Parts: sequence; structure tokens; C-alpha cells
Amino acid sequence: MTVAPPAPSVAPSAAETRPKLVSRQLEAWFGDNRVLKGVDMEVPARRVTAIIGPSGCGKSTYIRCLNRMHEMVPGARMAGRIELDGVDVYGPDVDPVLLRRKVGMVFQKPNPFPTMSIRDNVLAGLRLSRRKVAKTEAEAIVEKALRGAALWDEVKDQLKKPGTDLSGGQQQRLCIARSIAVEPEVLLMDEPASALDPIATARIEDLLHELKERYTIVIVTHNMQQAARVSDQTAFFLSGELVEMADTNTIFTSPGDRRTEDYITGKFG
Amino acid sequence: MSTSSVDIKRRGRNLGERAFIALSLVAIAIPLLILVGLVANTLVDALGRIDWDFLVGYPSRRASAAGIFPALIGSLWLIGLTALIALPLGVGAALWLEEYGGKSRLAGFIEVNIANLAGVPSIIYGLLGLGLFVRFLDLGRSVLAGALTLSLLVMPIVIMATREALRTVPGHLREAAAALGATRWQVIRQVVLPMALPGVLTGAILAISRAIGETAPLIVVGALTYMTFLPADPGDPFTALPIQIYNWVSRPQEAFLVNAAAGIMVLLVTMLTLNSVAVLLRNRLQRRTR
Repeated sequence: MTVAPPAPSVAPSAAETRPKLVSRQLEAWFGDNRVLKGVDMEVPARRVTAIIGPSGCGKSTYIRCLNRMHEMVPGARMAGRIELDGVDVYGPDVDPVLLRRKVGMVFQKPNPFPTMSIRDNVLAGLRLSRRKVAKTEAEAIVEKALRGAALWDEVKDQLKKPGTDLSGGQQQRLCIARSIAVEPEVLLMDEPASALDPIATARIEDLLHELKERYTIVIVTHNMQQAARVSDQTAFFLSGELVEMADTNTIFTSPGDRRTEDYITGKFG
Repeated sequence: MSTSSVDIKRRGRNLGERAFIALSLVAIAIPLLILVGLVANTLVDALGRIDWDFLVGYPSRRASAAGIFPALIGSLWLIGLTALIALPLGVGAALWLEEYGGKSRLAGFIEVNIANLAGVPSIIYGLLGLGLFVRFLDLGRSVLAGALTLSLLVMPIVIMATREALRTVPGHLREAAAALGATRWQVIRQVVLPMALPGVLTGAILAISRAIGETAPLIVVGALTYMTFLPADPGDPFTALPIQIYNWVSRPQEAFLVNAAAGIMVLLVTMLTLNSVAVLLRNRLQRRTR
């Protein structure tokens, strides 16, 4: 089952062009440290949007604001506005728990739950949100999510083994399977391949091309080649500001801003 | 004189390091030897006395006819009830302090007092139990009153061990669960508690070991020393192994000292059996969470 279009009343072409996520004057702090300084950005639906920039530029903080994970850090706060399909995600009637079921996240370090088998890891999100999942339904969900994460063929005979027994690359794909099992609309990825070897990285990158058919993907990466390979749009962050955002091709061939050019040509960063 | 090359030949171990290792070995040998000597000495006294009749026998004025059955059953009652009371309360308190209380002033206040409680002499707990459970709540000199008193005594141990265990659960796993759309309680229930369980069981082991050997608070709460029947429900009077041992030791006749030695062995074996159950459980869980 594919995720339903955001607004059924709107014609598909219009839904495709409407941004999935919008941030307006987004600011974020850790204590007194202002890490985002008014970011205006639009994330298109069912595309891969890459965020690049040097360490400490606020790119991870930015995506952690999108699913309201930022506010879970003690002393962290934000200001500004973020809309998901036009709805203010920081609105008073929005439950951040339910938001995170729509906006999933994959982290830098693979983090399957050590107490759970491969199968239970995939089902973890569902078990959290619903009390019971029928056994036959559960099997179908596990297979679908693992296939979606291009992991099924490698683990189908060992679903009962602990998730932490897998290799790093497999663990990360298990985490992707765990995220897509709850059928989110957006997948946020915080340097998902930075802890992996080149082969495992290539598999994750291939996977992104399949995933974007169904999900809106925002990927933070410090690897510019990776951004160029996987993304449709690229945003360049510097010191808490969005310097520019454009088609990935444009950013890497004829950036509009001097600082972007300096960064992608390796003059700093 | 050699040239510029650095001398990398072993010069023999540093004397200070050797001395330190020797000192450490002596430090571990002394308590071990004392312990082994003590157990061996008691075991020699006890061996001739421990038999089935001793285990299932009731107290008697004649040392050779006296048995330990009511004390053994009383201790099992006490430990069972104490575990039932102290473990859920202690784990719950630790969860609140660690996961919900945060850095609030109330949490800080409770924290300081738990640390203080751990240092209170056990006889004080006995007096508290006598005043609160036996008299005020009118539970009488019952096994329940004794278990409640022991629960107060071991709760700080459970709380502190559980908090340590909760702190070792990596933050990135909590984040992973939260990012899947888990509420705070769901994160705790599904991810944090299963990972902390081995540490909680360590706390349980420490608590059981402490509770099973406590004598002073039970004397104050009013455990009997001469019981000719078994406690059948939590409201019944009771005696316990350390009480029985204390009673036998204080008798003038030599034969009762042998009984005490046999009682000590029963107490030790009971404690080790209970603890090994917890250890086995913990090791199984640890294999799972590795």
C-alpha cells in the first residue's frame, strides 16, 4: 500500500508541486547558543532533498526541528514556523508523538533495539502505536518493510536473531525498515551512511532512489559526492543560515553564491 | 655509548608496580581466607547435625530434637513478601526520579533522603516498623509487618541499583524509540526497562541478601523464637532463620551452638539458592541484551 496523497481533493499534479514541508524564519537554540538563525526553506514532496554544510552549521538541528526531536534535548528551544502539508507542526493541538509517526527519522549511528529480534525491531513502531498486531498481518508488514529497505533476502531466514547481530550496513537498513514499517510520509536521515563502509553506503544510496517514489526524504550529509549522487534538491547551510537551495545539478555546476562555490570546491569546510 | 637509536629493551618491571600488585593480592587474600575459615569452621560443626529431621523439625527444649522448619518457612515468607513489596515500589521510585522527576527540587529532596535512609541503622527501621506497622496500622507481630519493615530497609538498595541501570541505557536508543512515535511511557516500557532489567535484578540480589540476614529489626517488630506452627497467611506470627540462630547461640548449652551452626548453613544455602535464581535470570537477560 502506498501512502495516500496529502490532499485528495487537489489534482495530483498540484499535490506534486506543493511543498511537503515548509519552514519560516526557523530559529533554534541550545541554551544561549543560537544554532539556526531564521531558516526559510521548502521541501518538495517525494523528492530527495540533501542538506550539506560544514560541521556545526545547524543542518542536523534543522531536521530535528522538523519532527520536534530538537525540543527533547534539555535546554533546547526553537522559534518560527514549520508546516507539514500546510499544518503548523508546533500548533497547540499537535501531538508531537503523532507527528513523529508521520515524520520518521534514521540516525547517524545504526541503533536497532538490542533487546529485540530483527522481526521485533521492524514491528517496534507498530507495537508502540497499537496494542496488538495480528500475527499474519505482522508477518506481512515485516516482509514488506524489510523488502522496502532492501534487507529481506539477507535476513529472511534469521528474523528471530537479535538485530544487533547484523553488520553495520544491515543494521542501518534494519533501522530504515523500522521507520518505514509505521508508514510515515517523510523520512529524515541524519548522515545515515557516515558510519558505514563504501559498499554499505552504496546500498543505502540505491535504496534512497526507490524510497523517494513513496516518501519525502530529507538527508543531511557531510559528503558532497553523496549529495550529488542521491538528491534532487540541495540546500547549503552555513553558520545557522540557509545560503542557497536549488536543483542539485545547479548547486554543483553553477551555484549562485560565492560561499557555496567555495565550499563545494573544497576551499573550506 | 650507543648512537642515537632509542633504547627499547625491557628493563624489568617497575618496582612500584610489582609492589602494588602484591599488595592487591594480599588485600583480596585476607578477606577470602577469613571467609573460607569461618564457613569451614561452621560447616564442620554443622555437618553432623544437618539432616532431614532438622530441616522439617519444630523447636524443642532438647537441642538434639530441635528443628528449623518454622524459621525456614518464616524466612521464605518474609523474603517473598519483601520482594513483592520492595521491588515494584523501588523500581517505580527509581523510574520517577530518573525519567520524570528530572532536576526538580522535589526530586533533589527525595534523592538526598534516599541516600540518608541507606545509612540508617537497621534497628531504627525496626522501631519504625513497630510504631507504624505493628501498632499504628495494627498489623500485629505478623509476617506482613516484618516484611513491610524489611521492605523499607532494602528499598534504598533497589532504588539506587535501578537508577544506575536506567542511566546506562544509551540516549540514542531512547531517541530512536521517540522518533518512531513512542510516548514517554512507551519508550520506558518497551526500550528502557528491558535494557535495565539485568541491573534491576542485581539490585534485587543485593536486597534479598540484605533482608534474609537481618535480625535486629525483626526482634523489635516481634518475631517469635519458639514457634510450633507455620505461618499460613501474612497476618500470622512468624520467626526467621537469623532469629532462630540468635536464640540458639544465646543458650548456655553446647548442643545448641551446634544447632546454631547448622542453622547458619541453612541460612547460607537458602540465600545462595535465592540469589542464584536471580543470577541465572540476569545472565539470560544479559545474553539477550548484549
